[in-house]
Amino acid sequence: MFLGISMGSTTSGIKVVFQSLLKAKESNPMLDTIIWQIRFPRVLLAALVGAALSLGGLVFQALLRNPLAEPYILGISGGSAIGAIIGILMGFSRFPGVSLMAFGGSIAILLLILVMSSGQTILKKDALLLSGVMVNAFCAAVIMFLVSMTQDSRLHNIIFWLMGDLSMVDMGHAGILAAILCPCFILIFWFSNSMNLLLMGKEMAQTLGVNIKAVTVILLVTTSFMVSATVSYCGLVGFVGLVVPHLLRLVFGPDHRVLVPACVLGGGAYLVFCDVLARVLPKQGEMPAGVITAMIGAPLFIFLLKKTRR
Amino acid sequence: MAIHVKNLNYYYGDFPALKNVTFSVATGNFFIIIGPNGSGKTTLLKVMAGILKSQTDQLEILNRSVDHYSRKALARTIAFVPQMIPVDFPFSVTEIVLMGRSPYLGILGLEQEKDLEIAKQALTFTGVEHLAHRKLDQLSGGEQQRVFVAKAICQEPEIILLDEPTASLDLAHQVRLMDLMEKLKNERGITVVMVSHDVNLAAMYGDQLLLLNKGEIIRLGNPKEVLTFQTLEEVYGCTLLVDESPLGNSPRVTPVPRKYMT
Repeated sequence: MFLGISMGSTTSGIKVVFQSLLKAKESNPMLDTIIWQIRFPRVLLAALVGAALSLGGLVFQALLRNPLAEPYILGISGGSAIGAIIGILMGFSRFPGVSLMAFGGSIAILLLILVMSSGQTILKKDALLLSGVMVNAFCAAVIMFLVSMTQDSRLHNIIFWLMGDLSMVDMGHAGILAAILCPCFILIFWFSNSMNLLLMGKEMAQTLGVNIKAVTVILLVTTSFMVSATVSYCGLVGFVGLVVPHLLRLVFGPDHRVLVPACVLGGGAYLVFCDVLARVLPKQGEMPAGVITAMIGAPLFIFLLKKTRR
Repeated sequence: MAIHVKNLNYYYGDFPALKNVTFSVATGNFFIIIGPNGSGKTTLLKVMAGILKSQTDQLEILNRSVDHYSRKALARTIAFVPQMIPVDFPFSVTEIVLMGRSPYLGILGLEQEKDLEIAKQALTFTGVEHLAHRKLDQLSGGEQQRVFVAKAICQEPEIILLDEPTASLDLAHQVRLMDLMEKLKNERGITVVMVSHDVNLAAMYGDQLLLLNKGEIIRLGNPKEVLTFQTLEEVYGCTLLVDESPLGNSPRVTPVPRKYMT
């Protein structure tokens, strides 16, 4: 069933959502409004976020030549979240203010990780992952600190948002996010052949005519930008960038010219699917989609870590 | 001249890896760089490949300064086969070899029929066409090395640079690889520049040898001129026996174990 969703486009994912919706609330006269005012923007958001995060994971895996790299695991998402929370606490509006703060946070963490891992060869996978885990732990502590300092009505919102919540959007927000992300998708697709060559090592890529520095900087900044944009809209949705590229690589092989579009479609479908689970599984209310993605993703990460250590 | 290096100095921090190195590689030569560990061989090769860049050097490729080449133009002229290639991602042999076409591709990097044809020819030339659909990580070291040589051929270069390609290969694969490079030189007129630890392979295949030590050129010439007993003992600091190879016409170097020195 999952393959069916990811192989198709996001629209087939939307159909699944509609079907599950129709079963739950049939013969409701408000149905149309609910679908178009609440559900559709939400599905659109899930698809965009899923696509951006999968693509983010794919790019990080290529640039760091590490199949376990992912913005969430490396703490990039955590950095954006810190920036975003500070933005929220300072009372900025969601679009320019909070997003820019999140972008600043993610760039700061990105630089930190690059500095920490540049001493050793990047091929040392465990060193990179360890530094990422520590950065992540640190970010989590800062987030907790910020949350514990907050004592008004914003608290519940922040916590729910942090766990990866897709429910707080309307069509306008989803539209803005789409306008931000789509150019990023295209830009990354532009560099997909360079990413293939980078997987063969920096020296090989360079002698095949790739401008390594330019490509690396553009891709890392674009990816951090995408990730921080998604974080500022729906918090920490983890492990999407790990699960989706891995599954797609099993199906399509490692060629990025195929994987980039596949990640946009498959990642979108995957998060829509997780969001459906998050809405359908609890008897009352709903849970954030980030809970589902982490429940699926973390065990897979452990499995992959064991496999690559072989 | 295929390559001309003039007054090359290269530093790692304060440590001089190459000191005032000047030499030329003639077009269509099999040129082998030898020397002890840490003598600057690989650094020199990487400067020639355009991977490392120093301020003082003047590097000419085919009688044109390297600064006049765009990245892609350089990639169409010089192919580089590195020593260690990470195989974490399951590319197939064909996909790897096709990567050699990327300096010829348009902005989206999509291959045409012609590129596939060139890749197929390169695989046949290196004798790995039967592996075309296998994954790289399923191959032996010798097979992987030949796949990367096929990738280099796919670049249709004038010059191929190889960093210790025989280092981890068994005897049969060593000779096959060296024969392959010789065939490349003879049939396609490609200039081959190789870094090697194996003095005896260098003696049998090299037209010109460059002996480096501590970042300086000690000798440059044909194997008989370079591989003399005196020079080698001085550079390597161990007792050696140099005589004629039983195949004739090239020197043979034998390191002498301590138990024979009485």
